[in-house]
Amino acid sequence: MATDTTGQVKVDSGTWDGGNEPFKASYGKLMMWYFLLSDSFTFAGFLIAYGALRISMPSWPVPDFVFSLLPGGIENMPLIFVTIMTFVLLFSSYTMVRAVQEGHQENRKGVVFWMLLTIIGGSAFLGCQAWEWNTLIGKEHMTISTNPFGTHTESGVYLEGDGHHINEGDTFAEGDSYLIHQHSGEFHPLSYKVTEGDDAGTTKQMEFGPKAFGALFYFITGFHGFHVFSGVVFLIIIMVNSFTGLYAERKNGYEMVEKIGLYWHFVDLVWVFVFLVFYLI
Amino acid sequence: MGHMTYEQSKSVALKLIIVLAVITIIEVAIALVGKGYIIEGFHAPIFVMAILMIGLSLYKAYKIVYEFMHLGHEVPGLLKSVLLPVLLLVWAIIAFFWEGSDWNARRTLIDNKNKEEVGVNTPTTMDIKQWEKEPLV
Repeated sequence: MATDTTGQVKVDSGTWDGGNEPFKASYGKLMMWYFLLSDSFTFAGFLIAYGALRISMPSWPVPDFVFSLLPGGIENMPLIFVTIMTFVLLFSSYTMVRAVQEGHQENRKGVVFWMLLTIIGGSAFLGCQAWEWNTLIGKEHMTISTNPFGTHTESGVYLEGDGHHINEGDTFAEGDSYLIHQHSGEFHPLSYKVTEGDDAGTTKQMEFGPKAFGALFYFITGFHGFHVFSGVVFLIIIMVNSFTGLYAERKNGYEMVEKIGLYWHFVDLVWVFVFLVFYLI
Repeated sequence: MGHMTYEQSKSVALKLIIVLAVITIIEVAIALVGKGYIIEGFHAPIFVMAILMIGLSLYKAYKIVYEFMHLGHEVPGLLKSVLLPVLLLVWAIIAFFWEGSDWNARRTLIDNKNKEEVGVNTPTTMDIKQWEKEPLV
């Protein structure tokens, strides 16, 4: 509102003068979009830092060697477990879309049913991540400052075995990955004899992999996992509210479900890139 | 869903999730075949694999944002206000990757310098002082 020279009150009625929705979206939905935009910058910052550090190192742990275990002691299944995790999250994205669609139909039962499936999917994803972290921490002893996953920079022959897969006399080539195992709380890097190159004939010991790998992995997947966790918490709250009929009273097509749906798809979107940079490349 | 009927949007969502799942399988297949897990001895250049996988991931991201999150059906102003700021990341990626590869070059340089051995014929500080007093040549 403004006052013109004659002192009369004049009402501005342009698109941006208030009183209407120029973007045809409610305040809540719009702000969810801008929150997600800012969140995408946070994740992009982390992933770009990962990329810059990875490029800066002469070698980097090979993902299909690091992530090659399955629950139940199954080994040598590169990327299979994390592909299952991706499908779980993708499936929960679909059930979320269905919940939003049922909301537009003002179908209370449908909303609650599909949200429940989404919550189960989100929890299953968190369970998978817990298993993955547990394996890395408890079995392979990777911490935020110690990375036992290394890459050979020259070919050679092992002078001792590690009691797992490597026996004395086994050969390896440049670029092969290895894991330094722990025995009774101590890392035991194996010694080996170099067979090619300038240092041929000398005896060397396995070196630890790039330090930053552990910190980047736990921090980025942890930050994403925390998003999934808080998403599950909000999904539960909104499912309970839908069940009690709170949103049905508002008669706005369950907009709250739509907003949490945006957040949930964003979490899936971020996973597409985490999956790409950590596991695929 | 606006312009679509309930039944239409249901089938669109189902189709989309199948497309996303198939793309994920293709990505994993590229990663495994390219690194020689499926066909013995076959290795694709990492550069080609990375381009393919980044392309497919961007397509997945586009589908999720435009269809699942419905950004494609919002008014153009909202769409632009969300997507245009993301372009800032293009420079962030170029700048930080540039920095990273320079860092790598410096690491290698220092590594190589550290490996250089002081040979028998390399004059040491002592030798130089001696040589200054009574040059051999």
